[in-house]
Amino acid sequence: MSKHVVLVEDELNIAEAIRFLLSQDGWRVETLANGDTAVDVIRKASPDLVLLDVMLPGKSGFEILHELRSDPAFAALPVMMLTARGQARDREMAEKAGVSKFMTKPFSNTEMLNAVRELTAP
Amino acid sequence: MVSLNQLVAVCLLYVAGLFVVAFLAERAATRGQAGWLLRSPLVYTLSLSIYCTAWTFYGAVGYAARSGLEYVTIYLGPSLVMIGWWWVLRRLVHIGRTQRVTSVADLISSRYGKSNTLAIVVTVMSVIGVTPYIALQLQSVVLSLSIFAAPDVGLITTDIPAFNAPQAAFWVATGLALFTVLFGTRNLNVNDRHPGVVIAVAVEAVVKLFALIAVGVFVVWGLAGGLSETMARLDASDIGTWQVQGGRWVALTMLSAAAFLCLPRMFQVMVVENDDERHLQIAAWAFPLYLMLMSLFVVPIAVVGLDLLPAGSDPDLFVLSLPLSQGQNGLAMLAFLGGFSSATSMVIVATLALSTMVSNHIVMPVWLSVQGEGASQSGDVRHVIILSRRLSILLIIALGFLYYRTSGGGALAAIGTISFGGVAQFLPAMLGGLFWRGATRTGALFGLGTGFALWVFTMLLPSFGQGGALSVATFEQGLFGLGWLRPQALFGIGGLDPTVHAVVWSLSLNTAVFVVVSLFTFPSPIERLQGAQFVTVQDTAGPARSWAASVAGSEDLMIMAQRILGAPEAQAFFQAEARAQGRLGDFPEPTPTFVQALERELAASVGAATAHAMVGQIVGGTSVSVQDLLAVADESAQMLEYSSQLEAKSNELSATAAELRRANEKLTQLSAQKDAFLSQISHELRTPMTSIRSFSEILRDATDMTGPDKTCYASIIHTETIRLTRLLDDLLDLSVLENGQVSLHKRTSALSDVLDLAVTTALAGAARPLRIHRNRADESVQLTTDLDRLAQVFINLVANAQKYCDAPDPALVIAVTQRDDMLEIDFVDNGRGIDAEAQSVIFEKFYRISGVAGVGAGLGLSICREIMTRLGGSIAYVSGRDEGAFRVLVPLQHVTDEMRQEAAIEGAI
Repeated sequence: MSKHVVLVEDELNIAEAIRFLLSQDGWRVETLANGDTAVDVIRKASPDLVLLDVMLPGKSGFEILHELRSDPAFAALPVMMLTARGQARDREMAEKAGVSKFMTKPFSNTEMLNAVRELTAP
Repeated sequence: MVSLNQLVAVCLLYVAGLFVVAFLAERAATRGQAGWLLRSPLVYTLSLSIYCTAWTFYGAVGYAARSGLEYVTIYLGPSLVMIGWWWVLRRLVHIGRTQRVTSVADLISSRYGKSNTLAIVVTVMSVIGVTPYIALQLQSVVLSLSIFAAPDVGLITTDIPAFNAPQAAFWVATGLALFTVLFGTRNLNVNDRHPGVVIAVAVEAVVKLFALIAVGVFVVWGLAGGLSETMARLDASDIGTWQVQGGRWVALTMLSAAAFLCLPRMFQVMVVENDDERHLQIAAWAFPLYLMLMSLFVVPIAVVGLDLLPAGSDPDLFVLSLPLSQGQNGLAMLAFLGGFSSATSMVIVATLALSTMVSNHIVMPVWLSVQGEGASQSGDVRHVIILSRRLSILLIIALGFLYYRTSGGGALAAIGTISFGGVAQFLPAMLGGLFWRGATRTGALFGLGTGFALWVFTMLLPSFGQGGALSVATFEQGLFGLGWLRPQALFGIGGLDPTVHAVVWSLSLNTAVFVVVSLFTFPSPIERLQGAQFVTVQDTAGPARSWAASVAGSEDLMIMAQRILGAPEAQAFFQAEARAQGRLGDFPEPTPTFVQALERELAASVGAATAHAMVGQIVGGTSVSVQDLLAVADESAQMLEYSSQLEAKSNELSATAAELRRANEKLTQLSAQKDAFLSQISHELRTPMTSIRSFSEILRDATDMTGPDKTCYASIIHTETIRLTRLLDDLLDLSVLENGQVSLHKRTSALSDVLDLAVTTALAGAARPLRIHRNRADESVQLTTDLDRLAQVFINLVANAQKYCDAPDPALVIAVTQRDDMLEIDFVDNGRGIDAEAQSVIFEKFYRISGVAGVGAGLGLSICREIMTRLGGSIAYVSGRDEGAFRVLVPLQHVTDEMRQEAAIEGAI
């Protein structure tokens, strides 16, 4: 049974890159382009990992994270956030909301894979 | 017959007795003993009897012998004042005590703003006015001595071989001076009252009353043969029948009443030496009673004297000559002592009062200013004060002696009246000061000056006789030959009694000038405060004026106080004040209240004006600041103006503050916008880079990748690179447009050509077809503008419609309407249009319709808006429609700002 990751990212090219990377690494990648339905999808899928963009149409990454963390079932779910803005304030907000890992775009593929492995290590 | 030597011996004995009494009284007072006697209303009342001088003792009889009952006026005035004490005297005494007034000059100066000028004027006037009076006392003593020396009783001859009148007068004067120096200034504590003097005066009052009554009893029962016989003689005499002149009576009564209040010696015993204001209540009836007793036997003595003594006898000396003529040497001696005591008590107290004035208001200020080092200099100045008082005493008695020698003497009563007239000039300023707040310093000065000048001209100078001080011509033709300036008929109103004439003119003009000048002058702030204190006397608890606090060091004040009060007294005073302030040390805090109290304490020694000046030297310019404040307060209008100015300033400031606040808000907003902008740019740049980096790494690292995949990923990198480039282009474009650095290249062409170009460019390579509906006829219009920029706007709009129109069969209508010199070009697609809330932000930078990936950075419409602004037109979203509709307005002729200016100039020409 391969590991399951939900990727919420509105930039289609970036989503494609990450999908390619993780599927190479043996992940089953479920991609989502807007924030509105993200929480429902994640609940249903109950993935091993969530990759979350901050700026999303419909609902921001912070809101989604907050909703997830307020549900005890997802309190410990590893969530990695990606942002292109990369300001210190965003990092603080994410950490406050209970993010597992915060990564600034652009990232190197190795960096991404290492982070994912680290987060899902048994 | 009593020999002169015997008389002198008796006099010396009497004086020695007085000295002992005074000495004992002073010692008792220092030890706090015998208070019941020293501070009794009886002593106070008796001390008031210095009003009865040798003039009343001898002169009243002479007066009665010459003018009948008119002498009563001299007693009537003071009696009226005493009986009506509640009205004036109570207030006078109360103020005198609360303000620690030392003399009549001090009172007037203190009331009118502690003006030393006024004090000097009053002092000089007092000295001039009282000098004849002192001369009068000398004259009376010399006369009474001469009568003992005369071979024929009753006949006065100045050329008695054994008797040298001037020499006698000199020795009497010297004796009196010595006496006064010893009595009046033997006490080092200059601010104390003089219980010794007061008690001596009281004893002398008893002696003179007793002597006069004894002579009276002897005359009535011993000479006339009983009461009924005396009455019969009275009926037979001219005195009883002489008509009373109404005018003279009123004038003389007024004059004596005024003099009673204003005479320096009366002020001294009545106000300065007063121990308890309640004594006035007793004195109000006791003193008139004393006067009545003094006047009781005047008429009988006069009548009997006229009957018994040879014609040509001096009626002024009947009191002495009657007993002498009857061989009653003992009685004559007693009468002589009565007269002597009247003269001495008057001279002592008058000189004391005058010397205080001269010393406090003339010598001390001069000495202080000559010293120059300031009042805080150490060293006891009390010896200076004492010395200056002693010198003043000598000076005043010397002046009296000189006057006596110069005037050669006249009737006693005449000299007395002149003196009264002089001091009565103080009355308007004094009463005005006590009852009228509007009275001013200038008014008082002018009033006093006027009254005094008139007095000198109409009373003092004429008293030297026609051809004396004033020439006979002046009497007859007036001063400088001016008819209205005749000393006894001013303004041509002749026929009046000279005394009435002088009193009426001097006092009425004095009052008139005082009132008028007061009305037209403005009191200084200190004067105003003092005036309030004096007029609203019943609540004088508050400070007369406040020193601004704590500039003076207590030490400086202490040094000064020690010099004037003496070290133990000053220390005691400071300790008491410190205790009152609740402080442990010897030095009180120099609060305004304390400085005030100290000033009053000093005023008792050196007078208000000097004390004020000395405290002022130490406390410094602070009094000026109080004055300044008050001056501001005086000008209420000015204050209102200041207040409104302040209000305006305050409004201005708050307006400026509001402006600054707005500017600050704007800056904060701009700063936030800049942050947001940078954050947006960062995001817009990083997003394509992320894809580029990621895919390039994939391509680099992948070994087993298929050809189509490779092509796909490489084309993604390519697309994102183009996107980055375009973003940078747009940013630069926008920046150039926003900064106004763009240069426009104007060309003329038909609108249709521009639209053709735009549509072709926008739709080139479009994934989805977009049908364009145009009306070429409308588009044929020519326009001159930067056609490339305009095309850029059109391309953007067509491309947006192509990208975002969500209709199944997307179509765009381009409609052109010409309005005046503007072209209106509408771009209407058949899509859903833009949400109402998004409509306001579509022209903002980086705004993008959400959910559409991989296209522009959201700068397109921002750039369009900037371009249209540059071209002198506009672009707007037309709301209220179901479709997406943009409206572009562009002028047919592009007119730049410079061209508009040129056109305006041409139009003006």
